[in-house]
Amino acid sequence: MSSLTSSDEALHAFAADVGDTDPIAVEGGGTRWQTGGVLHESARLVSAPTGIVDYRPEEMVVTVRAGTRVAELHTVLIEANQRSALPERGGTVGGAVAVGENRLDLQGRGSVRDAVLQVRYVSAEGDVVTGGGPVVKNVSGFNVPKLMVGSLGTLGLIAEVVLRTNPSPTASQWLRAADVDPVAARAAVLGPSSVLWDGSSTWVLLEGHEQDLEDEIAALSSIGEFVETDGPPDLPPYRWSLPPADAAAFHRETSGDFVAAIGVGIVHADTAQPRREVDPGITVVAERMKTLFDPKGRLNPGRSPKT
Amino acid sequence: MSILSRLRRPGAPVDPLVAALQEVLDPQRVRNDGAERSLTSHDASVFAGGVSGPICFPTTTAEVQAITRVAVEHGCAIVPRGAGTGLAGGAIPLGAPIVVSTGKMNRILQVDTENGVAWVQPGVINLDLSRHLRPKGFHFAPDPSSQQVCTLGGNVANNSGGPHCLAYGVTDAHVLAIEVVLPNGEIVMLGGLDPEPAGYDLRGAFVGSEGTLGIATRIAVRLTKNPPAVRTLLLSFAKTRDAAQTVSAIIAAGIVPAALEVMDQRMTIAVENYVAAGYPTDAAAVLLAEVEGLPAGVEIDAGRIGDIGRANNATGVRQAASDEERALLWKGRKTAFGAVAQVAPDYYLHDTVVPRAALADMLEKIYEICERHDIMVMNVFHAGDGNLHPLLVFDARVEGTLERVHAAGAEIVRASLDAGGVLSGEHGIGVEKQGFMGEMFSDVDLDHQNRLRQAFDPTCRSNPGKILPMGHSCADIQALRAVPTGVWG
Repeated sequence: MSSLTSSDEALHAFAADVGDTDPIAVEGGGTRWQTGGVLHESARLVSAPTGIVDYRPEEMVVTVRAGTRVAELHTVLIEANQRSALPERGGTVGGAVAVGENRLDLQGRGSVRDAVLQVRYVSAEGDVVTGGGPVVKNVSGFNVPKLMVGSLGTLGLIAEVVLRTNPSPTASQWLRAADVDPVAARAAVLGPSSVLWDGSSTWVLLEGHEQDLEDEIAALSSIGEFVETDGPPDLPPYRWSLPPADAAAFHRETSGDFVAAIGVGIVHADTAQPRREVDPGITVVAERMKTLFDPKGRLNPGRSPKT
Repeated sequence: MSILSRLRRPGAPVDPLVAALQEVLDPQRVRNDGAERSLTSHDASVFAGGVSGPICFPTTTAEVQAITRVAVEHGCAIVPRGAGTGLAGGAIPLGAPIVVSTGKMNRILQVDTENGVAWVQPGVINLDLSRHLRPKGFHFAPDPSSQQVCTLGGNVANNSGGPHCLAYGVTDAHVLAIEVVLPNGEIVMLGGLDPEPAGYDLRGAFVGSEGTLGIATRIAVRLTKNPPAVRTLLLSFAKTRDAAQTVSAIIAAGIVPAALEVMDQRMTIAVENYVAAGYPTDAAAVLLAEVEGLPAGVEIDAGRIGDIGRANNATGVRQAASDEERALLWKGRKTAFGAVAQVAPDYYLHDTVVPRAALADMLEKIYEICERHDIMVMNVFHAGDGNLHPLLVFDARVEGTLERVHAAGAEIVRASLDAGGVLSGEHGIGVEKQGFMGEMFSDVDLDHQNRLRQAFDPTCRSNPGKILPMGHSCADIQALRAVPTGVWG
C-alpha cells in the first residue's frame, strides 16, 4: 500500500474484518438503527475502530476513528474549549456522520455535512479509501466526504473522519416565552443558535459574549416575556425536514405535538414525515452511484438514504 | 435551419453541429467565428492549449437542455463557462467541445427571506448579488477576489472561497439547491430548501466539480444576515514569521475572525503604488484582521487580536477608524492581483493549503524555492485558513522563464503536501494540478472519485480532461491530446 493511504493499523484491521464478500453493516450506538429501512438479516455486524487519533485545537481539526462515542469526543474537545457539530445522543462518530442528522443548535455549531473535512472508509472491495483532506479549506478533487455524510453506510463503511471543531461560546442561555411569534423572535436577534416553537411557546438559545447576550435578551424582551430556562423542550419522536417557511407554518398541518426549528426547517413531530418524492432523474444518478460504489450490494443491505 | 443562418453564410458549407445548435437557439446566440472561439479557448490562468468549438449563449434552462441534447446527438463534449476568471484551467475547452456561456443567464430570480434564500441564474455576478441583497439586510458570504466579475455558476463549479470564508465557510455551505442539466440532457434539482434533503448529498458532490457533472441553470443560495458591527485591524510585523504566528495564536485563543489576510512586503509595496490604501510599506508583512458580529463581542475580540499581535512582536496595530478607511484597506487587498501588473507583465497565482501551524515554515520554503529558480514571488493569502497564494511574477517573453515558473510552482505544491496540506483551497484542480492528484490520493482514492463522476456522467461528456489525472476515464480522450506537451507543468 502506498504512503498515501493511512498507516493506521486499526483502519487496516477494520478493512480486513470487513473483507470483500459477504453482506455487512457497522453497528454503532444503535440510536438510529431503523433509519433508512430495516437491515437485511443476512448482514454480518462489525464494529468500527475507536479512539481519537490526533487533536489540534489551534487548527480547529480533530481526527477521530468512527467507533468513538460522540460524548467521549466532546469530553476531549471541551478541555480545549471547543465543540463539534455532531449530535450527542449516545451514538458513535461514524454513526452520526453516516446518518447526517444535525443538532438542535445547528445554527450555533454548524451542520454535520460542513464539519466533515476528510473521511476514510472501507469500500465494498475491502480497501481503505480517503476522500477530502485534513485541513479546514480544500477543493482538491471530487467531494467524496459530502457523499458519505448521510449515506447510511451504503457507499462505504466509515472508519475515520477529520472534523472541523469550533470554539465554545463564553456564554450561553436558553430562554422561553409563551405567545410570541417565533419568526419575529428569530428576526429580533442576530444569530440565535436555535429557535424552537411548539405552537404555543418559543424557545431561543443565545450564545456569545456575555454583554451581547444581555443586549439580545433585552431585544427579545421587547417582543415578549422571555424567561431563562434550562434547555429545549422534550422532542416528539419523528423528524421532518421542510423548507423553513413550511416548518414555521407546521401548526396548520397537524393537530398533534410538534417542535419546529424556526429558520432551519427541522420539525420534531409525533407522526412520521410522509415519504418525500424524489425526482426520477435523481434516482437514476443515485442508483448508478450505489452500483458503482457497491456493485454487489453488500454494504448495509436493506437500507437507503432516500426515505 | 433558421432563415437567418442561411442568409448569413450563403453558399458556405455549414458545420452540421453549428447548424443543429442554430436550430435550437437563436442563431445570433451561437457563435463560431475564429476570434470568439479564440477568446473562450483559455481562462485567467497561464495555461494554453484549449480549443473551443461553437459557443452558445442560452438564456433559459430549456435552452441549456436543448444544447446538451445536440451534444449528445453529435457525440460532442460540452463545457460550461462563466466569466472565465478561473486560475486552474477548469474552463479551458479540450477537444473542441460546445462551450456553453452562462453570460446571458444573469438574472436574480427571487429573494425569498422566509426561506432564507435567493434564487439566481448561474451568470449572476457574485458582487451584484451581494449589492442587491445588502439593502434588504443580507449578503452572499463567499467573496472571491474576482467577485466584481466572477459568476455564481463559476463559484458553484469551483466551490469558491474568499477572505470572509474563514468564519462563514466556502460556497458549498451557502448553496442549498441547484437545478442542473445533466450530461444526458435531463433536468434535475439537487438538494433542496429543506435542511436535510432525502437521498445522497448530490448537491454536495456537484459543488466544486468544475463543470464535470453537468451545468447549473438555477441556484438557491443562502442569505447571510449583515453583521451589526465590524472592526478591521491592520497589524504590521518586522518578520513574516511573526505575522504567521499571530494568525495561529488568534485561532488558538478561540477567536474565529471573519477574515485574516496576510500580505508580504513586496505585495504591500505594489498595492500601495497602485491604490494608496494606507498599508505600511516598511513592514515585512501586514495582517488584515476583521471581526464581525454583535458589538460587545466584536470589541472584545478586536482588543484581543491587538494584544495577541503585540505579544507576537507586531510593530504596529491600527484599527480602521471609519467605513471609508476599512473600505480602502479592503480595496487594497482585493486589487492585489491587479497591482502586480506594474511589477511584471505576467503572473502565476498558486493556491495550496497547509495547517496554520506550518504557515511560517512554508513561507520561508516558498521564498527559498523561488530564489533558487530565480523567480520573483509575492505573497498575499487567506492566512486564517492556511490558504497560501504565492504569486510568481515574471515576463513570459524571456525564454525559459515559464519553465522555471512551473518548476518552482511544482516544488511549492509538493512542499505543501509534505507539510500536511492539500493541492488547492479554492481554485480547484482543472488542468493545473491534475498531474499532482496522484501525489495526494492513492489510485484507489482516485478510482472512487472517478466513480462519483461516472454516476453523473457515464459518457464523459461534461468538461472532459479535467481534475482526474491521465489513466482515469474522462481524462484519456484521444482528441484532448492535441494539447502541446509541457504546458501543464
